[in-house]
Amino acid sequence: MEKRVTFKGIWLPLLLVLPQILITAIFFFYPAGQAIWQSLFIPDPFGLSMQWVGLGNFEYLLSDRYYRASFVTTAVFSILVTVVSMGVALYLAILADRLIKGSGTYRTLLIWPYAVAPAVAGVLWLFMFNTRVGVVTWYLGLLGYDWNHVLNEGEAMGLVVVASAWGRISYNFLFFLAGLQAIPKSVIEAAAIDGAHFWTRFRTIVWPLLSPTTFFLLVVNIIYAFFETFGVIHTITSGGPQQATTILVYKVYSDGFVGQDLGSSAAQSVILLFIVSILTVVQFKFIERRVHY
Amino acid sequence: MKHTISVLAAAAVLGSAQSAMAQTEVEFWHAFTGRLGELVAEQVETFNNAQSDYTVVATHKGNYSETLNAGIAAFRAGEQPDILMVFEVGTATMMAAKGAVKPVYQVMADAGAEFDQSKYISSVSGYYTSPEGDMLSLPFNSSTPVLWVNRNKLQEAGIDPDTDLSTWEQVGTVLGQLKDAGVDCPMTTAWQSWIHLENLSAYHDVPFATQANGFDGTDTELAFNSAAQVAHIGAMGEWAQDGKFIYAGRRNEGGANFRAGECALFTESSAGYAGIKSEAQFEFEVRPLPYWSAVASEPQNTIIGGASLWVMEGQSDEEYKGVAAFLNFLSSPEIQAKWHQDTGYLPITSEAGDLTRSQGFYDANPGTDIAVIQMTAKEPTANSKGLRLGSFDQIRGIIDEELEAVWAGDKDAQTALDSAVERGNALLRRFEQASR
Repeated sequence: MEKRVTFKGIWLPLLLVLPQILITAIFFFYPAGQAIWQSLFIPDPFGLSMQWVGLGNFEYLLSDRYYRASFVTTAVFSILVTVVSMGVALYLAILADRLIKGSGTYRTLLIWPYAVAPAVAGVLWLFMFNTRVGVVTWYLGLLGYDWNHVLNEGEAMGLVVVASAWGRISYNFLFFLAGLQAIPKSVIEAAAIDGAHFWTRFRTIVWPLLSPTTFFLLVVNIIYAFFETFGVIHTITSGGPQQATTILVYKVYSDGFVGQDLGSSAAQSVILLFIVSILTVVQFKFIERRVHY
Repeated sequence: MKHTISVLAAAAVLGSAQSAMAQTEVEFWHAFTGRLGELVAEQVETFNNAQSDYTVVATHKGNYSETLNAGIAAFRAGEQPDILMVFEVGTATMMAAKGAVKPVYQVMADAGAEFDQSKYISSVSGYYTSPEGDMLSLPFNSSTPVLWVNRNKLQEAGIDPDTDLSTWEQVGTVLGQLKDAGVDCPMTTAWQSWIHLENLSAYHDVPFATQANGFDGTDTELAFNSAAQVAHIGAMGEWAQDGKFIYAGRRNEGGANFRAGECALFTESSAGYAGIKSEAQFEFEVRPLPYWSAVASEPQNTIIGGASLWVMEGQSDEEYKGVAAFLNFLSSPEIQAKWHQDTGYLPITSEAGDLTRSQGFYDANPGTDIAVIQMTAKEPTANSKGLRLGSFDQIRGIIDEELEAVWAGDKDAQTALDSAVERGNALLRRFEQASR
């Protein structure tokens, strides 16, 4: 039998959801609406005049092959950050889950990097890989490898991916560990008694039972890679060399705040809004079907 | 983001408005930290102590870009300061903002202040002057690129440290000798677009952009893909491939390599003087920026980089009088001479230069006048007056990207510069449309 609390009138429920609606409207719908409105104009930086261009800003952007290339860069970057941060986190979580002694310390230590702000993380990694004074660069030099992310596009991309993924590993680790510990030990023991090896147990029991956590992290990490890695890129490469690390969000910043081209910047925000909507729909429609709750 | 900035700006204005109610307050936003920040504070304090009608309140607003953005956001919120420091590449943006800025010559005229534009060194003030010859903003800190030489490094490589380096042809030969002698970093640079394209063009009297480098109108197009620039970038690209030119980064990252004594030659702003003097553990020397003798028989003048002070619209007449008094104070020979000697920035008036010479500063610090001479030896032409291009900060970013492609060996000089011109022109058209 279905249990459902129902209200008699319309006013009380409306009043109860009003705070939520107000917050959403003021902090989400209003700015998003503003962005859409502004994307239809070319304004001057000081707000002295605005010129209606309709979809001109979008035409301008999409006809720019460097902007189109930025989509590919963003996709590569986001996938790499997500895979690296989740892969390493899962590996560490599995190890921590099997630990008997000292797991508390181990866990605490692993969580620390999460407290480091992206821009600071960027500077830390930049120091290690600085082409002149970096420690890692120096050791690589001893091995005969000439590290130069200032000119080498692949190395630059690798560096920003690692710096972005690093702090994220902690966060993912926490969720994976919690997910692993929520799997009933009896199920795993039963499989072990039946002669299933670790890898078989992982594939047939742990991974499926962990899938809600993995799915959640996948969504959260992709959104992180899309929007919050700005600080890392700004401090390490400023989008270079050439345009190797210019992801979409970085271009929004540089057009808006370096170029003072607010029309183009707003149009890019709208495009991002669109991409994220599609991504979310795809994730919940298709990937969620494979998740076992 | 915009709203956050304006709220912060408003808070800053409210907070500072409480002090010294009796005097007219003049708000001054600048972008200097560290030693330069201290020197600005010192200037402001001297001004405040010297008279009792006005109080200048100086506030640091972040780096150049951040200060400009803070000024723009504040203007949109109606909380703009009286004086805003804007870097030279933001000049066109400010000029186009009629209704947001009040030209300096007009501020001076309205305030009835004494103001003689001919006192200012034309190759400095020309950057900030209207086509009619009226000064729009007051040059504050200006520098120009020079060649820094590590004499010890040359000596170690068996090269006469006094060898002539006035042309790029000679520099090319020396770079070869340095490389053969096993020097890891024969040459590096800071600010590649500013030095190796913008100044290169002015120095050889070739246009960087049409319409007199943008001075005659916003319908300007970039023109730095002509033979002179392609030859230079091509040569630099070859040097980069041969390990004779080491690229360290888009800003002044190369300075660390030079100051640590790794590099023999370094093209950098004359304002690098203070840093190099305090850190270098070797004998260094300033030389004029080299030129290509194949392109010009003798060099034109170089152009400046740095920032100028813009006066914002919408303040009271009383405040504008204070602004006029403060700008005149900054231009006075004593204050300018001290600023020039402390920082390595160029003096903005010839009186300040003369005063520095008579004080014996150039004799005690050889080479510090090279930049001044390089700037003022010749009357500027349409190609060497400066640059006035919209969205120029971003165009520099494009130039950086394309030059990196040349240094990495991915593109040849002509292809890279053609591409930079094409991409930059698209931004110029956007700017033209926005400021229509």
